[in-house]
Amino acid sequence: MQIYLPIADIPVNIFLLLAMGLAVGFISGMFGIGGGFLMTPLLIFIGVQPAVAVASVTTHVAASSFSGAIAYWRRRALDFTLALTLLAGGIVGSAGGVALFTWLRVLDQLDLMIGLSYVTLLTVVGVLMVGESARAIIRSRQGKPVELRRPGSHAWFHGLPLKLRFKRSKVYVSAIPVLAIGFIIGFLGAVMGIGGGFLLVPMLIYLLRVPTITVIGTSMVLTFLTMVSATVLHAVTNHLVDAVLALILMVGGVIGAQFGAHAGQRIRGEWLRLFLGLLVLAVGMRFAFQLVVRPDDLYSIRLVGGLL
Amino acid sequence: MSWLRIASLAAAVSIVTAAPAGAERLVASLSNRHVMITSNYTGVELVLFGSVERDASNAARSNPYDVVATVIGPRESLRIRRKQRVLGIWVNTAARTFIDPPSYLAVLASRPLDSIAGAENRRKLQLGLADTPLPELINNDIGQVTNDPFRGALVRLMGERGLYSEEANAVTFLTPTLFRASIKLPAQVPVGDYTVDVKLFADGNLIGHTALLFEIVKVGFEQFVVEAARDHGLLYGFATALMALLTGWIASVAFRRD
Repeated sequence: MQIYLPIADIPVNIFLLLAMGLAVGFISGMFGIGGGFLMTPLLIFIGVQPAVAVASVTTHVAASSFSGAIAYWRRRALDFTLALTLLAGGIVGSAGGVALFTWLRVLDQLDLMIGLSYVTLLTVVGVLMVGESARAIIRSRQGKPVELRRPGSHAWFHGLPLKLRFKRSKVYVSAIPVLAIGFIIGFLGAVMGIGGGFLLVPMLIYLLRVPTITVIGTSMVLTFLTMVSATVLHAVTNHLVDAVLALILMVGGVIGAQFGAHAGQRIRGEWLRLFLGLLVLAVGMRFAFQLVVRPDDLYSIRLVGGLL
Repeated sequence: MSWLRIASLAAAVSIVTAAPAGAERLVASLSNRHVMITSNYTGVELVLFGSVERDASNAARSNPYDVVATVIGPRESLRIRRKQRVLGIWVNTAARTFIDPPSYLAVLASRPLDSIAGAENRRKLQLGLADTPLPELINNDIGQVTNDPFRGALVRLMGERGLYSEEANAVTFLTPTLFRASIKLPAQVPVGDYTVDVKLFADGNLIGHTALLFEIVKVGFEQFVVEAARDHGLLYGFATALMALLTGWIASVAFRRD
């Protein structure tokens, strides 16, 4: 059944959109990521303009991360203090990212920058996650206990002042690295058009040593807060949020996210990190392929009034 | 018999008042002047039909008539970028801005354009894709570039989207003076005002022309959404955000398992 999307200006199959929402929602609920880095390329692939895709995906991600956050909140598996501290850094980062976004667009280098940052970040993060989780799995296979804490491995930033106690996550750490992580997530989110959950999850796990279980719920809360504000921001500045597209995606997305969240609770943390690492790596490779292989068409069109 | 005499008299009067001897009158119309985009819109086909009115006193031409209809959509500036390999990756290294090219351009002809009119005539009349001016911004100046690869890329890319086309046999003559053509508007055509310029040729010369208008508009729910998004951005943003929260909440209640 075809439905015409009023802002995207194209007709699409409603069941295809629902299926895409379900699939991405499942993954997002399972790993505590927004899923924007999967949904945006999918929409562009079916013919939605990149700018409309980015703007509408923020609304979809807001819905699916909200339902995911509620599910984790019921299990008391999220840390509000941590999420709000990250958000404070994130707001400043977003403002910087939007400025860079606008500047790169004028220079016609926005898609290159998006491609390069996807490749670099996804490959590095993916390799790190796969390596770490594979080691953890091998350790548990050999019968050694899984190390939950490594007290001796404090990094330099654990000595910084302004220490905060994040009770739910059982970490006691300076606010400075937390704000910095928030800033990076906000900055990259604005430039790459993603919620940043797939970056936040490993950063919290590996840098701040937050346990995997609260990481996912916390990441959901942060994603939900940033995506709600991004939806309003996109609607005000670019008028490119397609409510019909977002609604169809989010109906599939929230259902998928519920199943994903349940599935995620049943899988052991290290396996979850391995799967997420592989997924991140696969998307990174896809972008690398796009940059290196000669494109089918060397020429491309951009509407001067449009966003991309 | 008397009505025939009146008709020929009327024709004689029209020759005297309206046109020089030997001129034909071109009459054309469209099947629909308001194309509405609703939720099940997947593109539409308009029918252009018309006839050549020839007065009785004029001898029939030995060669058949030719018709070229040019459909032009709303104009919007575009930028065409070209990629080049830099340090192993493909980067946009050059770009040109085209000032207000048509967002939709269809040239429908009864025969190949080069057999309808000569090169000189085609250029003068801006007939066909090749002779349609597509001005570019060059060093803060607006001008045309001959044999420009960027212009070629624009026409090709728009053609791939079904927005630019030139068809040699799109206009069919049902009788020597009655013709029809179908204007294919793909799903992604921009909304706005469109003009259809119909030109009549005989023996390689332009002998008449007429222009028609039609508009593509969004109606009902689609129009409501577009206007809300455009005119009330903040309210629209809050409404969509609220919709997202509500959907998320309903899902978590519906799927609650404890």
